[in-house]
Amino acid sequence: MSDMELQGPISPPMANGEVIFEAPWQSRVFGLARVLCEAGHFSWDEFRDRLITRINAWELSQGDVAYQYFDCFLQALTDVLADTGLCSSPELERRFDEFSARPHGHDH
Amino acid sequence: MSHDHDHEPPTPQALRTEAIESLLLEKGLIKPTAVDEVIALYSERVGPMNGAKIVAKAWRDPEFKARLLADGTKAIEEFDIEGGQVEKLVVLENTPEQHNVVVCTLCSCYPWAVLGLPPKWYKDPAYRSRIVREPRKLLAEMGTDIPPSVAIRVWDSSAEIRYMVLPMPPVAITEQIDDLAESDLTALVSRDAMIGVAQL
Repeated sequence: MSDMELQGPISPPMANGEVIFEAPWQSRVFGLARVLCEAGHFSWDEFRDRLITRINAWELSQGDVAYQYFDCFLQALTDVLADTGLCSSPELERRFDEFSARPHGHDH
Repeated sequence: MSHDHDHEPPTPQALRTEAIESLLLEKGLIKPTAVDEVIALYSERVGPMNGAKIVAKAWRDPEFKARLLADGTKAIEEFDIEGGQVEKLVVLENTPEQHNVVVCTLCSCYPWAVLGLPPKWYKDPAYRSRIVREPRKLLAEMGTDIPPSVAIRVWDSSAEIRYMVLPMPPVAITEQIDDLAESDLTALVSRDAMIGVAQL
């Protein structure tokens, strides 16, 4: 099957065997969720519940978009931030719009 | 502004993540280096090597193996593994009669402390549903043929319990396990064998 990465039985245990994060934002969104959880802003279970909801929603809407685990992960983080009041949807949307409007190729 | 290479425009996901991080920093909810530290922890110090060391010790030390199977969380304390405090670890022993394989049907629960972060296929809908429905067929497609005489048991991870498979050592070395160095043994243990989708 094409979406299953096949591997020989032996792979170096220290290397995870393949790329875990396919883009830098994926590692950052994972890191953000862990840091907030470790600081006690929400529990991993609270985050996990929202992740399951988002994955479920994708499964119900199959066919529209390709499954991207980290898209669901990002949505779940957005949900838990809004639900806990750490970061409301409107303020996130405003910041997102500001960043989207930056000229392409800006210096960080 | 000068650039020595062409940037792809950032994706909406990248922009949204950046927006979240900048807001959290402004609010003082996260420290500037905290995210980098967590990423470094999970990409460099927590990974399948931890699990491989545990497996190698269990192969050589029957008393440790008994403790490991009785209470995985407690038995791995002596390994001083970072990031391993939060979850209950249950270790499943493969035998000539039973092959174990691990999944999280709902999302992506995985024993991070001993295996690092899960591979992409572990989180994909195809694996999550098919390994439950037709484990023998899917394992064969992944290159692992389990003889009909061996039972396959599928374990569904949860927020409370994380599973790791204790694979059987490769047949070729079963006679000489006591003579091999620990590093030789750990090199034989793959991440996929500890998930249960490969044999050694």
